[in-house]
Amino acid sequence: MKIELIVNGKQQELDSAPGETLLHLLRRIGYKGVKKGCESGDCGACAVLLDDRVVNSCLVLAAKADGHRVTTVEGLAGQDKTGELHPVQEAFLEHGAVQCGYCSPGMIIAAVDLLAHNPNPGDQEIKEGISGNLCRCTGYVKQIEAIRIAAEKMRKGTDV
Amino acid sequence: MCEERTTEFTVVGRSERKVDGIALVTGKPKFVADIDLSNMLYVKILHSPYAHARITEINTSRAEALPGVMCVLSSKNTPSTRYTTAGQGYPEPSPYDTRMFDTKVRFVGDRVAAVAAETEEIALQALKEIEVHYEELPPVLSVDAATALEAPIIHDEKDATGIFDPVRNISAKIDINVGDVKQGFAESDSTVETTCETQYAQHTPIEPHVVLSYLDEDGRLVLRTSTQVPFHTRRIVSYVLGIPLHRIRVIKPRIGGAFGTKQEILLEDLAGLVTLRTGRPALIEFTRQEEFVSARTRHPMRIRVKLGAKKNGILHAIEMEALSNTGAYGAHSLTVLSNVGSKTLPIYNKARNVRFSGKAVYTNLPVAGAYRGYGAPQGYYPLEVAMDKLAGKLGLDPIELRRRNHIRCGESSPIFEEIGEGREGVAQTINSCELERCLEIGARRIGWAKKRGLRTRNGPWIHGLGMSIHMQGSGIAQVDMGAATIKMNEDGSFNLLVGATDLGTGSDTILGQIAAEVLGVPLSKVIVYSSDTDFTPFDVGAYASSTTYVSGTAVKRAAEEVRGQIVGVAAAMLESDMTNLTIKDEQVISIDGRSVTLTEVCQRAMYQVDQFQIGATESCVQDQSPPPFMSSFAEVAVDTETGFVKIVDYVAVVDCGTVINPKMAQGQIEGALANGIGYALTEVMLFSSTGRVQNATLFDYKILGALDIPPIDITLLDSYEPTGPMGAKSVAEIGINAPIPTIANAIYDAVGVRLTKTPFTPERVLSAIRSHSV
Repeated sequence: MKIELIVNGKQQELDSAPGETLLHLLRRIGYKGVKKGCESGDCGACAVLLDDRVVNSCLVLAAKADGHRVTTVEGLAGQDKTGELHPVQEAFLEHGAVQCGYCSPGMIIAAVDLLAHNPNPGDQEIKEGISGNLCRCTGYVKQIEAIRIAAEKMRKGTDV
Repeated sequence: MCEERTTEFTVVGRSERKVDGIALVTGKPKFVADIDLSNMLYVKILHSPYAHARITEINTSRAEALPGVMCVLSSKNTPSTRYTTAGQGYPEPSPYDTRMFDTKVRFVGDRVAAVAAETEEIALQALKEIEVHYEELPPVLSVDAATALEAPIIHDEKDATGIFDPVRNISAKIDINVGDVKQGFAESDSTVETTCETQYAQHTPIEPHVVLSYLDEDGRLVLRTSTQVPFHTRRIVSYVLGIPLHRIRVIKPRIGGAFGTKQEILLEDLAGLVTLRTGRPALIEFTRQEEFVSARTRHPMRIRVKLGAKKNGILHAIEMEALSNTGAYGAHSLTVLSNVGSKTLPIYNKARNVRFSGKAVYTNLPVAGAYRGYGAPQGYYPLEVAMDKLAGKLGLDPIELRRRNHIRCGESSPIFEEIGEGREGVAQTINSCELERCLEIGARRIGWAKKRGLRTRNGPWIHGLGMSIHMQGSGIAQVDMGAATIKMNEDGSFNLLVGATDLGTGSDTILGQIAAEVLGVPLSKVIVYSSDTDFTPFDVGAYASSTTYVSGTAVKRAAEEVRGQIVGVAAAMLESDMTNLTIKDEQVISIDGRSVTLTEVCQRAMYQVDQFQIGATESCVQDQSPPPFMSSFAEVAVDTETGFVKIVDYVAVVDCGTVINPKMAQGQIEGALANGIGYALTEVMLFSSTGRVQNATLFDYKILGALDIPPIDITLLDSYEPTGPMGAKSVAEIGINAPIPTIANAIYDAVGVRLTKTPFTPERVLSAIRSHSV
């Protein structure tokens, strides 16, 4: 079937077989930043924004996304054309929140979603915000710190 | 006394950003399955539904006839060579008890056949068309069943080699005696004994095993694979498939975590054979379910420890006896077993009488393998619980008991020499050990003196404190080898080529920092490329906590050699003596203040006078394996109504030598502790009565999420290991040894029960509390 998606701001008309997941489709058309970890919604490595909310793309049928906007980790940096990293990406890098980097795209997306809806989260809210994203390399300590710092930076940014 | 560091560093010791970090946070296609090759085949594996059975007949013709199926592999058309999947140095100390496809299956999930097809759907469909007739054999589903008289023989094949005693299902055995342990106990004033049992647990890297194989333009086989051991993979695939090693290239791109499970040649042989048979690229990706059922696990063990001490609290005799379950195959069976003793017993080197014995037995359960800690977590559990018991019996504070017994600088342990990597070890003296400070700082940070033994109550919750101490190694002495090549470019930058394998640990970054430090340049001027058997020099790979210490030393040596060449060229340019020159801030500076830039040096060497490539390759094999040390403390709260154990506070103080990159080193400890806390409290593979894994999802196998993480307080002591690069030792594994005994001892402090089986689930804790209070 034909579906229309706006992926990272780019409108695309795509063929999708019945039963194809959004995860499969996104990887098939080249968005390899969307990671496959379990295909059962348990690990969050495939998280993307569907319109403005975070979803596990392995649990969403591609057809369900027809007509919607999808943001993957590839779409976060340089939206202002400068190529600058999103504050969450920047903070993940600066504060040692990335080890192997396989869970990072999904966790960054979850954090972007969290901060869009709650610009000043407490640590418990940050933990809840990334509770759907499993990481085996870290103890989440650095991610929580990075998200807290990114939030601060983004708040200051909007104040200016 | 320990030596102290006298040098100041500029790049080392800083939390530099990961050299691959930008690509990772922006989702660049860095991982195995992130590239698309045209004409690619998808490979799916048929796994055994039986724990123990003989394949009497296998018919693949219907599968082969299916449109889109390009290749079906089984025991009928694949090499019958016996090998080990363990990615270890050659000759591997693991038995050759595995075949690509055997005529006997030995666990639910064992390989039966594989299909390569145009699409994943066709491959899955074809698996259903393969007819297999099994003759079921009685399954052996526990170590007790495996060691029982008349137990079914799991490895009855005639062509396996290296199995200690196949008839009795014993894969490996060890018996080490120092002094006379019997007499030692007789001479002791006080003895304690404990037996602890650990469970089947899994690594669960977020990226499951994956390999992509293809032929390059010259018809050579390229394996782009998620591995810890690219060079061992090349060698073992060459052996199994019977093709020359030089016809294979192994590339490790970024990989999504490993923790030991990727120190295994699990899929590369299969993908390689499909590509050789069809001429087409082949992708094998394990699903999460396959990862649980068919990949590797940690060896479950039952270990008995007996301690004997004199009145003054000095240990006089230690006996440790381990029974390890290696599952259906003996990958790492001997070496993990050896490590149970070799990474634990030297920490208490005062005991003159030590016996360490054990066996690893086969069962018809999933295959155990390498897993962060490599036997040490299993060994520390009973050892540190027994120390806690002994402290109680002697009326000593547990910290004081450790203080009287732990190893120190300038001291040794006979165990270093007795137990090595499947052979004798290497004698060594400890050059750096900050356990004393680890204990002091840890006790202060957790509030030991104020809080322990109080059993503070808060409703049904009772609080308690526990502690333990640990060591690991830094590579395998006289076995592990790493090499590095550095070449200079005419803009004053350097290519650093290392065989060392970054699993996400950040080793590319810290090795770059070591090179940059020596060469007097910022990290941005070092371009790191690792783990490509065609382009990087040899390295055993990432295991045994070897990379910083062994590969790091190779990098340092190569950088020093290159620095010497640079200074030589600069000396000619400045008409100065080499001894008057130093490299700093991308310049070679003379004591009289004149200088040349590195760019000028390299331009001269490349284009102008006495031309040559400034560059060097250096190797490193260490004569020792200096242990990092740590103290670990936890405050727990036990819910006496439900048995739930909550970690209120966790403190770790680690002596890992010079810290090359603080944030990354902290990350290693945080990650190891999180993994270890899961191992202590929630993680367990459950099996049906027929040996099938029952909880093969990340929903049912509980690893810690962000909400489950307790406050973790880590102190990295800036110590100095004189044999290490810039004074560094290892940091990757040690943390995982700590949570089980620390939490067990804290639970005892809270509610007075000793938990001798992991994980400490609410049911188990509650039942222990109830049977104790009766």
